[in-house]
Amino acid sequence: MQLPPALHARLAGAPGSAEPLPVERDPAARTAPFRFAPRPVRFPREHDFFEEGDVQRHLYLQDVLMQVGGAPERPRVPEFTCQVAGCCQVFDALEDYEHHYHTLHRNVCSFCKRAFPSGHLLDTHILEWHDSLFQILAERQDMYQCLVEGCTEKFRTSRDRKEHLVMRHLYPADFRFDKPRKSRGPVMPGAAEQVLAEALGDDGVPSEGDAMEVCSEHVEPPPVPAGERRAYSHREMNSCPSAALAQLPRIWPERYHLPSVLVKVPREDLKGPRREISTSNGGSSAALWRCCRASPPRHGGPRTLARATLHVAGL
Amino acid sequence: MWSRQRGRLKPLCCGVEELRCRRREREAALRKARREQQLVSKRLLRDEALEEAEEGCVAMIFGEAEIQQFLQLAQRGTEEKEREGALVSLRRGLQRPETQQTFIRLEGSIRTLVGLLTSNQALLQLEAARCLHELSHSEQSAVVEACLPATSYLLTYLSGHSSDFIELCLYTLGNLIVESEAVRRQLLPQGIVPALAACIQSPHLTVLEALGYALSQLLQAKEAPEKIIPSVLGSTLPQHMLQLLQPGPKLNLGVAVEFAWCLHYIICSQVNNALLITQGALSTLGLLLLDLAGAVQRTEDAGLELFLLQKQPSLLPEGLWLLNNLTANSPSFCTSLLSLDLIEPLLHLLSVSNVVSVLVLTVLCNVAEKGPAYCQRLWPGPLLSSLLDTLAFSDTEVVGQSLELLQLLFLYQPGAAQAFLQQSGLQALQRHEEVAQLQDRVHALQQTALHG
Repeated sequence: MQLPPALHARLAGAPGSAEPLPVERDPAARTAPFRFAPRPVRFPREHDFFEEGDVQRHLYLQDVLMQVGGAPERPRVPEFTCQVAGCCQVFDALEDYEHHYHTLHRNVCSFCKRAFPSGHLLDTHILEWHDSLFQILAERQDMYQCLVEGCTEKFRTSRDRKEHLVMRHLYPADFRFDKPRKSRGPVMPGAAEQVLAEALGDDGVPSEGDAMEVCSEHVEPPPVPAGERRAYSHREMNSCPSAALAQLPRIWPERYHLPSVLVKVPREDLKGPRREISTSNGGSSAALWRCCRASPPRHGGPRTLARATLHVAGL
Repeated sequence: MWSRQRGRLKPLCCGVEELRCRRREREAALRKARREQQLVSKRLLRDEALEEAEEGCVAMIFGEAEIQQFLQLAQRGTEEKEREGALVSLRRGLQRPETQQTFIRLEGSIRTLVGLLTSNQALLQLEAARCLHELSHSEQSAVVEACLPATSYLLTYLSGHSSDFIELCLYTLGNLIVESEAVRRQLLPQGIVPALAACIQSPHLTVLEALGYALSQLLQAKEAPEKIIPSVLGSTLPQHMLQLLQPGPKLNLGVAVEFAWCLHYIICSQVNNALLITQGALSTLGLLLLDLAGAVQRTEDAGLELFLLQKQPSLLPEGLWLLNNLTANSPSFCTSLLSLDLIEPLLHLLSVSNVVSVLVLTVLCNVAEKGPAYCQRLWPGPLLSSLLDTLAFSDTEVVGQSLELLQLLFLYQPGAAQAFLQQSGLQALQRHEEVAQLQDRVHALQQTALHG
């Protein structure tokens, strides 16, 4: 459909419209049997009017709509080693390296060599673990911040915070990011290979160095017969919170681990200055992967978007 | 990593006709599902390059023993490659529903998987996440609900930095969300809305598209208007969404499609549209539409018929609906319609379908009812002959709307009735004299035409 010349001109930047024409209604217009009255129409979400659009949307999601487009290749590079001191992981694909770097080297506490999933959690860890002012203040006021983004609650003890996480935010009682550890002095690195070994019938010894260890005081729900297996995870969550917490010993070390992973690095002076966490690693390897990240061509299709936008128009 | 190669046209293993047929079947299934309010569609991320390499081996059905073996190897294998390999094998097996069922019934399996998801080996973590993703794609709610213990971790990882991993977590969350209300009931107190609001600031397009997908699934939920949309509106999500819909060189279609649907679900729930308007929704979307209209035009001219994509007529109902809402109470919009010569193109649409015809006639009525100044601009021209054509339709609603328009023209435009008579209008009216919904109006018009 060709655009009408006047519209074309307008879109091309011709001067705007003049005053609207004067409105002058005759009361005879809406007299029976005629009943037309202009009115904006609103459709509720389930209305049939949206059926076509919804169907197209779901076809799109199911990827039935075939598109023409290029296929991005997985860039393979000659093997290279992670550049971070002490890490000897080898890679042959840049994306693998990217994930490794972000998981293990990005948000690292230089005191205890632990890597955290996010800057926020690293900051919280450092505050609660390595800040003496925090410890002093914590004796007098609620300092332990809830871990859920957007929740402003603070607590007197880490145990109270944990209970809040479980009760209010429905976190699992054994949420790995809130585990106490047996306080036995500074953390020993080198045990990074130990992975959480449990549940499959193994009673692996919790290692000192691994922050993901299960606390020995943690109460495991009794094993469930196979027939009821399906409900296991629900039951664990529902029954655990206060019951399990009540059974935990009262002498609860205040310090505990936030989400962290021990990175295998040689021992260093733990009193060293905290390493600056910069958002861009100056190293060439980082630059390499950044410029090689190709975005796969998107085929969203202008019509699909146009439809969605038009649906939105029913304001 | 996950490189979704959705763009590739595979060499045809089935004919065009078969594809069309399959598509029709899928469409029919979706329509039926929608009527039953069971519309659930998920996105599966699979690395197609990998898949093709594995083409020879169809995913096996694994039994308990094999699954146990894979899990043990993944947890306690000595060689890293070995451990990764075990999870890769498990993941492939989890493409089969039977294996999924066996997996979730095996004691400790999810727990172990979650343990691997939080492990200190980055690539193991990734593979564990992929296994979870396969499970999330299941059509059985038992399988999906078995993934509940993982959600708090998936949410935590959204504030990380590894974009491929975040993308995977988002698609997994989206799949879980759409399948089960139990999942949604857990995710909301776990803080999914603030987590998404933080994540939407990511510069990575893949992450944004995945986020849009997850959010759209959340907003589509039946309890969304009461339980979800208010907190979404109270967050910074809407303004970021609108930003991502701004037309221009930075507009990414895949991302924009997702957020447009998010807005659609929010708006048609009628929770607080005024808020969106204050955030500039109208102008953003209006400009976007214009931009897209240009794009569609160009594509058509280039002759690129994208096989199976809807052609333009499918957008007509929505476009005309928009036009109705714009012109209903706005003299300036009506004036614009006239001054931009849009009447004639509108008239061309009268033969497309009944639904479209009614909408076109409604828009024309919106213009005409504003009085003589407007009708004057509708006259003379093709309008009368178009109306006479529509009177030949059998659809009552189309004819009814034509009668309304005629009445307005007779009232406000001198000479209209006369011209109508001269062009055998009375005969056109006659055939509807006996129709119940039309009779009164037909007679009234006949009187007006004959006697003024």
